[in-house]
Amino acid sequence: MEQVPKIPKEKFKLLHKKDDQAQESLGTPSLTYLQDVKRRLFSNKVATVCLILLGIMVLISVFAPVVAPHNPNTQRVEYSNLPPKIGNLDIPGFNGMQNMDGKSVDAYKEVGAPKGTYYILGTDYLGRDLLSRIIYGTRLSLIVAVLATLVDLIIGLPYGIVSGWKGGKVDTFLQRIIEIVSSVPNLVVVILMMIILKPGLVSIVIAIALTDWVTMARLIRAQTFQLKEQEYILAARTLGESSTKIATKHLIPNLSSTIIIQTMFTIPNAIFFEAFLSFIGIGIPAPNASLGTLLSDGQKAFRFLPYQMWAPALILSIIMIATNLLGDGLRDAFDPQSSD
Amino acid sequence: MEKILDVKNLNVDFSTYNGTVHAIRGVDFHLNSGETLAIVGESGSGKSVTVRTVLQLMAKNSKISKGEILYHDEDLLKKSEKEMDDIRGNKISMIFQDPMTSLDPTMTIGKQVAEPLLIHNKVSKSDALKRAEEVLRLVGIPNPKARMKDYPHQFSGGQRQRIVIAIAIVNYPEILIADEPTTALDVTVQAQIIDLLKELQQKIGTSIIFITHDLGVVAGIADRVAVMYAGKLVEYGNVDEIFYNPQHPYTWGLLDSMPTLDTDDQNRLNSIPGTPPNLLNPPKGDAFAPRNAYAMEIDEEEQPPFFKVSKTHYAATWLLHPDAPKVEPPKSIQERFEKYQEMLGGSVK
Amino acid sequence: MTKYILRRILYLFLTLFIIASITFFLMKMLPGTPFTNQNRLSPEQLAIVKAQYGLDQPVFIQYLRYMGGLFQGNLGTSFQFNNEPVTQLIGQRLAPSMQIGAQAMIVGTVLGILLGAVAAIRKNTWVDTLATFISILGLSIPSFVLAVLLQFYLAYKWQIYPVALWDNFQSSVLPTLALAALPLGNVARFMRTEMVDVMSSDYIELAKSKGNSNWQVVTKHALRNSLIPVVTIIGPMAVSVMTGSMVVENIFSIPGIGEQFVKSITTNDYPTIMGLTIFYSFLLVLVILIVDILYGLIDPRIRLGNGGKE
Ligand SMILES: Nc1ncnc2c1ncn2[C@@H]1O[C@H](COP(=O)(O)OP(=O)(O)OP(=O)(O)O)[C@@H](O)[C@H]1O
Ligand SMILES: [Mg+2]
Repeated sequence: MEQVPKIPKEKFKLLHKKDDQAQESLGTPSLTYLQDVKRRLFSNKVATVCLILLGIMVLISVFAPVVAPHNPNTQRVEYSNLPPKIGNLDIPGFNGMQNMDGKSVDAYKEVGAPKGTYYILGTDYLGRDLLSRIIYGTRLSLIVAVLATLVDLIIGLPYGIVSGWKGGKVDTFLQRIIEIVSSVPNLVVVILMMIILKPGLVSIVIAIALTDWVTMARLIRAQTFQLKEQEYILAARTLGESSTKIATKHLIPNLSSTIIIQTMFTIPNAIFFEAFLSFIGIGIPAPNASLGTLLSDGQKAFRFLPYQMWAPALILSIIMIATNLLGDGLRDAFDPQSSD
Repeated sequence: MEKILDVKNLNVDFSTYNGTVHAIRGVDFHLNSGETLAIVGESGSGKSVTVRTVLQLMAKNSKISKGEILYHDEDLLKKSEKEMDDIRGNKISMIFQDPMTSLDPTMTIGKQVAEPLLIHNKVSKSDALKRAEEVLRLVGIPNPKARMKDYPHQFSGGQRQRIVIAIAIVNYPEILIADEPTTALDVTVQAQIIDLLKELQQKIGTSIIFITHDLGVVAGIADRVAVMYAGKLVEYGNVDEIFYNPQHPYTWGLLDSMPTLDTDDQNRLNSIPGTPPNLLNPPKGDAFAPRNAYAMEIDEEEQPPFFKVSKTHYAATWLLHPDAPKVEPPKSIQERFEKYQEMLGGSVK
Repeated sequence: MTKYILRRILYLFLTLFIIASITFFLMKMLPGTPFTNQNRLSPEQLAIVKAQYGLDQPVFIQYLRYMGGLFQGNLGTSFQFNNEPVTQLIGQRLAPSMQIGAQAMIVGTVLGILLGAVAAIRKNTWVDTLATFISILGLSIPSFVLAVLLQFYLAYKWQIYPVALWDNFQSSVLPTLALAALPLGNVARFMRTEMVDVMSSDYIELAKSKGNSNWQVVTKHALRNSLIPVVTIIGPMAVSVMTGSMVVENIFSIPGIGEQFVKSITTNDYPTIMGLTIFYSFLLVLVILIVDILYGLIDPRIRLGNGGKE
């Protein structure tokens, strides 16, 4: 055994601790749930980068009229299909040079554009500035996504809450509807809607929301089922609070994490469908640009002018990747157990 | 008596998001051949971590910063992964707390019981299954031949724990580590499982480390008891010494909160006020001091060493220091002391 | 179990019936006639054509006729393509779609499972990061973007595969790859999550405590347990491959039903659109049913439990 050390006698006085003097203070300061979520989200580097990236895209979209160097729909046929050129910088791919009959020529000189004329991402077959079209296209795609998500929420949230809260026959009936709706492939519903409604922003939003609300409703219902049994909700019920009050005061705040996370997966889905519909020609009508129409235009010419395809493809992919990753990050932040 | 397991100065840390958790802070204990050692302590005191370290079944974020685990005088911590695989389920095996989740839901129980045999011995599959059947009968599964083809969800909780035990003993291990094997079960089933373990110990002569936070269970099964608090042992001794001559205020608290025949079940462990310390920054002095009604100034400054009470009984509390004042333990503990005097008078141990 | 399957099949037909009805009435709501964008017809000619397609009857009669036909497996007649029956149209074009669809599903699922398993086993290492990165790319980049890029580089620039041609296996490689990315990404992600979960479960710890090596723990216990739930996402995967195939077939000029669908949309060929809608829905409910039954068969908890309950 260890040797008993020499210790001054007065240290052996009883302190007569009070029971309630338990040392809560030794624990780490407890953060509120939301602070905790925020801290976890921002400590996730990937999610933070995605958030910033998306933030920048949203800002550019909001301020598109200011940021875009040209009007996206102004045609200058004489300047059609010009390659990218940034000022007088001599970066391969961005210097306005083009391969013509095996020779590299300055495409801008060929069409007789005055000095100082340049298009950062080049022009399309109608001489429209590609960068401006991409900025406006992104804006349109984001608008579609946000609107679709909102409509999605407007349908899915009450539907899910009612289904989960009422339970019983109401629930069974509502679930049957969901079962049937979800047995039709999303795309088929979307396409049918697009045929019936006139192609355009509103139709796309409606078509997408009509299929996406199902997932939202399902999640909300499941969550509501669980919450319903929670003690504070039971308490509120026995106290006779009205259903609407319970829904807004207790349910929705507790559903917010589910809603936010699901939203982050609805957005890329909506962006995908918009691009898809526009790509096959029943989405956003000409001359307006969306990422889908740009891609479709770009694809037609990409063998000879691959830059027209690359730019929208890249932006679309980045948005999709960033929203997906941010969704993951948010889920981990809200529910730390789901990660590691 | 031969020491088959000797754990020396074990220290285990976990690296977590908030920092390093010092979960085990210098634990010493040993296991004699053929005996049952109970390790008791509140939830989070480090019992599971300690025994998992013996088998090196540790979380990825853990690190053994110091210590030795001598098994037949060989340090298990120095063994390779392959050598440990040969020991696990063969020489030393383990029973886990929750029988509802411990069995592979997609494998028949016959195969699951036969598995350790096939891993560690050169036996044919059919021989292994035959042996598995015998062991299932031994642990009290009725009609084992037919039930071997069933899946875990077709058994009750108690039966599943019997199956888990069958898996653990199928190779007649030298050491059986049971980590709260009865916590998840009904009281009546608990008693059956304890009886089964005792019976098996007799039959196959294994040594048992039995973990629990329920002192009531301990009296029926243990030869010796070690009390753990906040990653350290605070007291250990023979079962009678711990039950009737406890010296550490924490042990007093545990015993005091034990339900006796005339108290209700309601205030078991909870009756020690306060919560265990945060092991991210363990206190400098005695970790129990903040909850200790008998704390002294020295408790907050320095950790107490083990003081010898008898040849087999040690306790880490400054109250045993010659300079410490005499204190009056709770009434129920004093009654225990009296009983202990009677016991000493009655028999010469 | 049999009772359960029978009930499910009943639901399947009920669902299809409802879908067919809704589709029918939606189509009837369309403004104008389907022939407006064909060469202009005189009113008399139009009446003849309408009568030929039964469009002169009241809508309700048309509906009954259509549904009656449906019961006999008749999906109506195309307005285009020389009045070919829609079923025949689908029949002719089913094979290429099925081929690339099945290939993509198999490639995507198998690779996804491997990728997810490796990521889970090597959790929080660079292998995991790489696998996660690949799966995010797979499920984020739309199949048509991938198709165009593959076509440009592998077919046009480097000429490893034909650009847009449908004859042999060679020509199915690029569309398969473009379509496989999404199931690959999804399955890999799902598999990783499942397996991480399984690997931290109590029974895996017990398996390890039996003396299994890490490799044995994975092969004997972890893989099977994580694979079973992967079956559940095969249905949704099949749907997204279907979706993708519409454009991908278009891009690679594959004579499949996806390409047909897009073509029918642009030509307002309503009977074909309706027929394909019903056919796609049928495929989807069928896949989901098969997957559910399969799940019941391979998961002992469902197989031997009360099979009647969902
Ligand atoms: N993987 C881990 N990461 C971080 N901390 C851990 C980890 N595993 C255990 N700990 C910490 O180690 C301490 C001891 O845990 P342990 O599981 O050994 O407690 P226990 O005594 O077995 O409790 P119980 O009676 O609840 O089973 C706890 O404070 C716990 O939080
Ligand atoms: Mg434990």
